[in-house]
Amino acid sequence: MNFTLKIWRQKNAGTKGQIVSYDVTAISPDSSFFEMLDTLNQKLIMSGGDPVSFDHDCREGICGTCSLYINGRPHGPEKGVTTCQLHMRSFKDGDTIHIEPWRAKAFPVISDLIVDRSAFDKIIQAGGYVSVNTGGVPDANTIPVPKEKSDEAFDAATCIGCGACVAACSNAAAMLFIGAKVSHLALLPQGQVEAAKRVEKMVACMDELGFGNCSNTYACEAECPKGISVSNIARMNREFLSSKLFAEKEKIIQDSF
Amino acid sequence: MNTMLLYSSITKKVLMALAGLFLVTFLCVHLGINLMLLKDDGGRMFTEAATFMGTNPLIKVFEIVLFAGFLLHILFGLLVSGQNRAARPTAYAFRNSSETSFFSKYMFHTGIIVFIFLVLHFIDFYFIKVGIIAPPPGIESHDFYHRTLLLFSTPWYSLLYIISFVFLGIHLNHAIQSGFQTLGWNHSKYMEAVKFIGSAYSVLITVGFSVIPIYLLLFK
Repeated sequence: MNFTLKIWRQKNAGTKGQIVSYDVTAISPDSSFFEMLDTLNQKLIMSGGDPVSFDHDCREGICGTCSLYINGRPHGPEKGVTTCQLHMRSFKDGDTIHIEPWRAKAFPVISDLIVDRSAFDKIIQAGGYVSVNTGGVPDANTIPVPKEKSDEAFDAATCIGCGACVAACSNAAAMLFIGAKVSHLALLPQGQVEAAKRVEKMVACMDELGFGNCSNTYACEAECPKGISVSNIARMNREFLSSKLFAEKEKIIQDSF
Repeated sequence: MNTMLLYSSITKKVLMALAGLFLVTFLCVHLGINLMLLKDDGGRMFTEAATFMGTNPLIKVFEIVLFAGFLLHILFGLLVSGQNRAARPTAYAFRNSSETSFFSKYMFHTGIIVFIFLVLHFIDFYFIKVGIIAPPPGIESHDFYHRTLLLFSTPWYSLLYIISFVFLGIHLNHAIQSGFQTLGWNHSKYMEAVKFIGSAYSVLITVGFSVIPIYLLLFK
């Protein structure tokens, strides 16, 4: 198969980028999207050019490292897959493929197609710790969890933090990511102790980092490689509101000495 | 404005949703009164209802609440949209092709059209009622019935009116279910029903308001 690639090239965060056109030939329909890019990079290296930088790691859809905005969709045209699980048979021979990095103020471009997604790490950090008992290994099922709740929590926990939700959102909002992270702990008894504070801190951090506001277009759900539901956003909104309206105020203990 | 900026993204959206859902209920009342125009009694029933709405003290208080609702919804809408634009300083070169409902991405644009209509509506009725603008010759400032007939006797005005309500319908179609989602009321049991009722309601509002100029144009 032959393709024309229109790829965003940007040397580093400080320089201006532009779309550059490349041709790749004799690509197997069974090769993955990244193998196709590897072929292009090999060609560029052989001819003394600068290879296209892009993020990848596990190449089996579980690590959340890969990204790429392909023909107007994060992770390309297939539903429920990451870019590393995308194959060239999903395109037609002779297609022009547009490849861009995730675009968001909170995800600045580092180089070519690589963006800095540490904003997500900051949000997770803002969420804080989960209290656990120390000591010996507890017996299994010491804490009862209903099957439905554990399933729902696990569905939310499948979020790999790739950022496709932000990339797809017309407002560059991160609500699906935080909704999933808030939900998977809020649904379980182990996450209850810090639940109220956690949601408030994560939302505050999200706002501070410059993500947009959710306008419920649900592009995030449509593009999430793990199929995370927007009902997690509603749950986060409920958690946030109940925390704002009903949670006890934090007592400020003054030093009496 | 400064305190508005300090609210978290979710608080802003919740306030906007509450104001919006309040405005949605108001539309139903407004439509009910407007449909009295269709009764063939020389506008007696409509004028009575309009006089009641204009003089009842409880309604007077609600008028202030209503204006506050509009103001809140519009100001937060502008603020939230501005922040959303700022959240993506560099646009994609390739148009987004994610599977979403087309108009949900254009709430700001449909909102602006509805706002322009609202300004026009205020100039045509409210400002005349309160005496800021002089009524057209031969019509008293409180005579909404003849004012309406005069406006709808111009076909281009009627067309503009109907187009505005089509855009309002598009706005509402996404707005109602979106308001429920923002308030956290999303459940597999009833979300489909909310979406259906929201769409049905938006069609009802558009058709209901549009029927009046069409009827007057054809039969009066």
